[in-house]
Order: sequence, then structure tokens, then C-alpha cells
Amino acid sequence: MAPLAPRTGDAVFANVERVNAELFTLTYGAIVRQLLTDLEEVEEVNKQLDQMGYNIGVRLIDEFLAKSGVSSCVDFRETADVIAKVGFKMFLGVTASVTNWDAEGTSCSLVLDDNPLVDFVELPDTCQGLYYCNILSGVIRGALEMVSMKTEVTWIRDMLHGDDAYELRVKLLKQVPEEYPYKDDE
Amino acid sequence: MAAIYSLFIINKSGGLIFYKDYGSAGRMDTNDSLRLASLWHSMHAISQQLSPTTGCSGIELLQADTFDLHCFQSLTGTKIFVVCEPSTLHMEGLLKVIYELYTDYVLKNPFYEMEMPIRCELFDVNLSQAIQKDRVPLLGR
Repeated sequence: MAPLAPRTGDAVFANVERVNAELFTLTYGAIVRQLLTDLEEVEEVNKQLDQMGYNIGVRLIDEFLAKSGVSSCVDFRETADVIAKVGFKMFLGVTASVTNWDAEGTSCSLVLDDNPLVDFVELPDTCQGLYYCNILSGVIRGALEMVSMKTEVTWIRDMLHGDDAYELRVKLLKQVPEEYPYKDDE
Repeated sequence: MAAIYSLFIINKSGGLIFYKDYGSAGRMDTNDSLRLASLWHSMHAISQQLSPTTGCSGIELLQADTFDLHCFQSLTGTKIFVVCEPSTLHMEGLLKVIYELYTDYVLKNPFYEMEMPIRCELFDVNLSQAIQKDRVPLLGR
């Protein structure tokens, strides 16, 4: 019996190796702190976090697919649900909710009430423009790109800036399926 | 005991990134293995176009007189395929286990460049453990 029938987020989370949450939070905090020291400009740090997230995302997607056993999603709505319920649960231990779909079904919000990256964190006045969790937007963008979806991921609400929750806007720009050069009319 | 002859992993562009043979039946030199990998990549792609049904994701099993070829393609385009004795059981399970080993020991290796040939010791070690003949039936867990 092959080990991989699609599992719920909780089942997958129970099966993957986990690391101490505080270690994770503090390590991430140290990374952001170091980036701020090295790059000095908040915008640069935002970009670098996004790039780091992208590099993580392109590799993370295979682990996600291998361990969760999810099959191909029918449409972007299903993709968003899978990211929120299975993906976030598997890697961060929290689930997100999917809201605010636009009319075409290509853009939605992922709302996180609980975010393990930001425990113990306060932003000083000098870093008010910092998107502390920008690595998450890069991870989602990188992961989706490896399954043929070009997306744009931005932060709408951020608790470190005083809002009541974390809200990520994920917009599907286009589907880019693998092209094989076998067309006869070329 | 049914035997595996060789294992191939190809990246999404069809380049061979990992090849291992088990025993003399599967052995081939580097050029041949590279050629076979790109040949398989093309055949896999063509089969999707030839398929009379929509939503075909390519060849999963090729059965011949002297061997079987089981292929697994991930949603990211990486293909893992194994050439084995005819009627070997549990190969699909093995391919999924190898995919998990790939994600754990290759992709998480910070010195591994994406799409490049795999040179990761932990992957080799864990792969050998997974393939040991007396353990293959146990992979159907």
C-alpha cells in the first residue's frame, strides 16, 4: 500500500520532523536583525527577505508534494485552500483562512491569526517600513512558480504595524505550463 | 527475488541528474545513460500529446519482455524512473520513497544547485538503504 493518500494538514504535521518553535522564531529574528545590520535600508531588507523566501520556496514545493500527497489542483481556489490548510500547517504549524476572492477567482487573501515568526517581536521606529515576514511571500511565490503559476504576493495587514491580523494578498498572474517544442506548424 | 537494474532521475528540462545501476544487467556508460535519459524525457512528453484521453500525465509503466520501466513524474517536472525485472512489485511505492529522499537529502542540501547532477552523500546512503532487496517489499507500508 503506497504511503501517500492525500492527508489533512494535521496528519501531515504529525508525521514531519518538527523543531522547537522558539528556536525557529529566534533564528529567524537573528537573520532579520543581521540583514538590517548588513543592508541598513529597510527596502533592501524587504527585497532580500523576499528573494530568500523565493529560493526556499522553489525547493520546498517538492517536499510539500512528496509528504502531503496532494494531487494536481483543479483551479486556483483549490490551490489557495491547499496552501492555507495543508501547506501552512505542515511547515508553520498554523492554518490560515482564505477570504476576499475577487470576481475572476484569480486573487485572494490568506489571513493568519497566529504567526510563529513574530513571537517576541516589536518593530522599532527606525524600521516601520519593514515587512518582517516577507520571507513568507517569497516562499509562496517560489513554490507556486515551480508548479507553473506566476503569482504576485503582497502584505495587506501586518500585526507588527498595528493591524489585527496578518493578511497576504496572493494574485495569480498567469499559468505557464511546460512547453514542449513538438508543434508541427513551427 | 525481483531485482532493480537501474535508477534514473531527470530534471524538468530532461537532463540526467542521477543515475545508479545495480548489477551488471543495468550497467551502461555515461554517454548511454545521458542519451537514454533525454530519450525517455522526449517519449514521456510525446506520450502526453498522443494520449486519446485528456489530462494524461505521461507514461507510468513500460513493460517489455526482459524488463519493466516504472516512471514517476512530480508536479514540478522532475522524473524518477527505475528499470527492473519484469513483474517486480512495489515499484510505485519505491519511486515515491525515492522522491521523499530527494526532497529531504538533495533539495535541503544548501550546496546542491537546482537542476544540476546530484552529488549528495546522504542521499546515496539513504537510497542504498531503501533499495536493499529484502526491504523493497516492506515499502508497501
